[in-house]
Amino acid sequence: MMLTRTRAMFIKEFVQLRRDRLTFATMIFIPVVQLLLFGYAINTTPRHLPTAVLVHEDSDLGRSILAALSNTSYFKVTRLARSEAEMDHWIRSGEVLFGVEIPAGFERSVRRGDRPALLVVADASDPVASGTALGALEGVVRTALTRDRGLPETAEQSAAFEIRQHRRYNPAAVTSLNIVPGLLGTILTMTMLIFTALSVTREVERGTMESLLAMPIEPIEIMLGKIAPYVAIGFIQAALIIALGIILFEVPVVGSLPLLAALSTLFIATNLSIGYTFSTVAQNQLQAIQMSFMFFLPNILLSGFMFPFAGMPRWAQWVGEMLPLTHYIRIVRGIMLKGATLYDVHGEALALLGLMLLAMTLAVRRFRRTLD
Amino acid sequence: MRAGDRQNGTVAVEVEGLSKSFAGRMVVRNLSMRVLRGQIYGFLGPNGSGKTTTLRMLCGLLTPDGGTGRALGYDILTERDRIKRHVGYMTQRFSLYQDLSIQENLEFVARIYGLASPEQEAKAAVERLGLVGREHQLAGALSGGWKQRLALGACILPKPELLLLDEPTAGVDPKARREFWAEIHKLAAEGMTVLVSTHYMDEAERCHEIAYIAYGELLAQGTIPKVIENSHLKTYTVSGPDLQSLANRLLGIPGIDMVAPFGASLHVAGRDASALDAAVARFRDERELSWTLSSPSLEDVFIDLMSRSQDNFR
Ligand SMILES: Nc1ncnc2c1ncn2[C@@H]1O[C@H](COP(=O)(O)OP(=O)(O)OP(=O)(O)O)[C@@H](O)[C@H]1O
Ligand SMILES: [Mg+2]
Repeated sequence: MMLTRTRAMFIKEFVQLRRDRLTFATMIFIPVVQLLLFGYAINTTPRHLPTAVLVHEDSDLGRSILAALSNTSYFKVTRLARSEAEMDHWIRSGEVLFGVEIPAGFERSVRRGDRPALLVVADASDPVASGTALGALEGVVRTALTRDRGLPETAEQSAAFEIRQHRRYNPAAVTSLNIVPGLLGTILTMTMLIFTALSVTREVERGTMESLLAMPIEPIEIMLGKIAPYVAIGFIQAALIIALGIILFEVPVVGSLPLLAALSTLFIATNLSIGYTFSTVAQNQLQAIQMSFMFFLPNILLSGFMFPFAGMPRWAQWVGEMLPLTHYIRIVRGIMLKGATLYDVHGEALALLGLMLLAMTLAVRRFRRTLD
Repeated sequence: MRAGDRQNGTVAVEVEGLSKSFAGRMVVRNLSMRVLRGQIYGFLGPNGSGKTTTLRMLCGLLTPDGGTGRALGYDILTERDRIKRHVGYMTQRFSLYQDLSIQENLEFVARIYGLASPEQEAKAAVERLGLVGREHQLAGALSGGWKQRLALGACILPKPELLLLDEPTAGVDPKARREFWAEIHKLAAEGMTVLVSTHYMDEAERCHEIAYIAYGELLAQGTIPKVIENSHLKTYTVSGPDLQSLANRLLGIPGIDMVAPFGASLHVAGRDASALDAAVARFRDERELSWTLSSPSLEDVFIDLMSRSQDNFR
C-alpha cells in the first residue's frame, strides 16, 4: 500500500518534470556546460603568466635567466621594475602574478660558489596558476643555464644558486587532481539541492497541498515519491560528468566504476534529502532557494575542494565533516585516483548515509500535515 | 461508535462544541451539528463565516482548538488517517495539478487511493464527466466551470462515504449546475453523505437539511420548513410604485426587523407579529400599495439571521 502511494507520487512528479521541457533540458545540459567551462577554465595549464623583473645588476647570467624564463610558455615578462616597491605594487594590484628579483653581484656570487638567492615572489591567491608555474621554474632555469652558459653539469651545479620562493596571499596550493572530482560533487550538490528545495513549497504556493493533505498519503511517501525521479536525473548527470571527465580531461578511474556509481547515487540522494528538508521548513520558494545557497557555500569552501582540508582550522574541519560534499570528494578522489575499494571509503559512505537519514527524519518530522 | 457501529450507524458526522481561532480571532465558535448518512447537508453563510474552516476541520486539515467530533465514526482529532481514506474533499479553490492533464490527475488520485486499475478508473471518470476527447488537455487550460467538474470527478473517483464540497458550483453554468445536483442526489441515494457549502438559495433548497453559519456561529439548522418556522418571522409582501423610498421610510421603525427587495416587490418582516402589524398599520392605508401576508422565504430568514448576528457581533 505504501509502495503504491509512493509510486503514485513518483509518477506524478515524473510527468510534471517531463512536461516542464525547459527545466528538463536545463537539468541535463547545464552540468555538461559547467563541466566544460570550469573544467577547461581551471584545468588548463597556466601559460604566459604576467611577470615583473627587478634586475640589480646587468650581467650575462641575469640576462640568461630572464631569457630562459621568457622561453618557457609559463612566464611572460611584462614589466621591468626599478624598485622593490614598484614590483610589490604590481603584484598587489594583480598587474603581474610573479616578480623575479636578481640581486646585485649575483653572477659573481655564483662563480664564487656562494649560493646567492634568486628571489621569486608569487601571487598565490590563484594557487592553481602559481603552483604549476613555480613547480616548473627551477628546472627550466637550470636547464637554460646549463645550455647557455656552458656550466658543467655536476652534482654541485644544482647548488650554484638558490631559488627562494615567496608565495603570497595563499601559502597552500591545491593540486589540479581535485578539479574534476570537485566539480562533479559541486555541480551535483547545486542541482540536486534546488530540485527538491522547491518541491514542497511549490505545492503550497500553487494550492495543491490542500488536496494532497486531504488524501490518504503519508509524509514519508510524499518525500520518497518526490525524491525518486530526481535520483534518476542526478544519476544521468553524474554519468555524463564522469564520462566527460574520462574522455576530455583524461581523469583516470583506477578503482571500480560500479562502486563510484553506487556511492554517487547515495550522494545524490543525500543532497536531494537535504533540499527536501529545506522545502519543508521554508514558507515559500524564495526562502527555499536562499536556504539552498546558504548550504551550498560552505559545501564549496569547507569541503576541501577549493582549499585543502588539512589546512583548515579545527572548527572549520568539524563543519566540513557535516557536509556531504566533503565526504564525496574523498570518495571520488579515492576511487578515481587511488583505486580505493568500498572498504577504504566505507567511513565516508556511512557518513553520507547518516546525513541522508538525518535529513529525511527531519523532513518527515517537519512536514506540516495540516494547514494550521 | 466502533467498527460495527460505524457500518450500521445512521450518523455520518457528529461534532460537539467545535471551535477554531486564527491568531487569536475566533473563526468558528462552539459549533455542534449532526449529519445523517445518505443526507445532503447544506452549509450556508456570508463570506468569512467559517464554512471552509469547518469543512477543513472535518477532514483533518485543521486541528480544532476545542470540541470533539466524529466523521464516519472516526475521531476527527485522533483518527485523521482513517478519515482521509473515506472522505472526498473538494476544495473551494481548484487544487488539482494544473500541469497535469485531466487523465493524469484522475490517475494520480486513483493510485493514491489504491484503486485496482488506475488507468481504467480514470478513463471511466472521464466518460462520466463528459470529457471524452479532452482527457489529454492540461487541467490548467480548462475553463473555470470545467475545472469544478473535474475536481468533483476526482473527489468521487475513490467512492468516498462522505463528500465535503466547498462551493462546488461557483462559476458553473445553470445546466451544468442542475446536472451536478442530479449527480449529488444520485450519490446520496446510494448512501453517500454530502456536506456542501453554497451561496445559492436554490441549491440550499435542494438539500435535505441546512445549517446557517455567520461569524463562526451556527445560527440555524434543520430542514428548510423547520428553519423558516423557527425564525418566527412574519412577512408581508408589498407591491406598488416607488418601493425604494418606501423601503427607506420603513427601515428603522420598531417592529420591522427586515426590509428586502424581492423582484418587483418588497418583503417586510418582523419577529414579533403584533409589533410588525402595529408598525405596518399606518402604511396599509396608502392606496397605491398592496399588502399581502406571505410566508418568509429562506432568503428572508438568512438576511434576518445575518443582521441579528451582526448586531450581536458589534
Ligand atoms: N489559514 C488561515 N489563517 C488565518 N485566518 C484564516 C485562515 N483561514 C481562514 N481564516 C479566516 O477565518 C475566517 C473564516 O474563513 P473561511 O474560509 O472559513 O470562511 P468561509 O465561510 O469559507 O468564507 P467564503 O464564503 O468566503 O468562502 C475568515 O475571516 C478568514 O480570514
Ligand atoms: Mg470558503
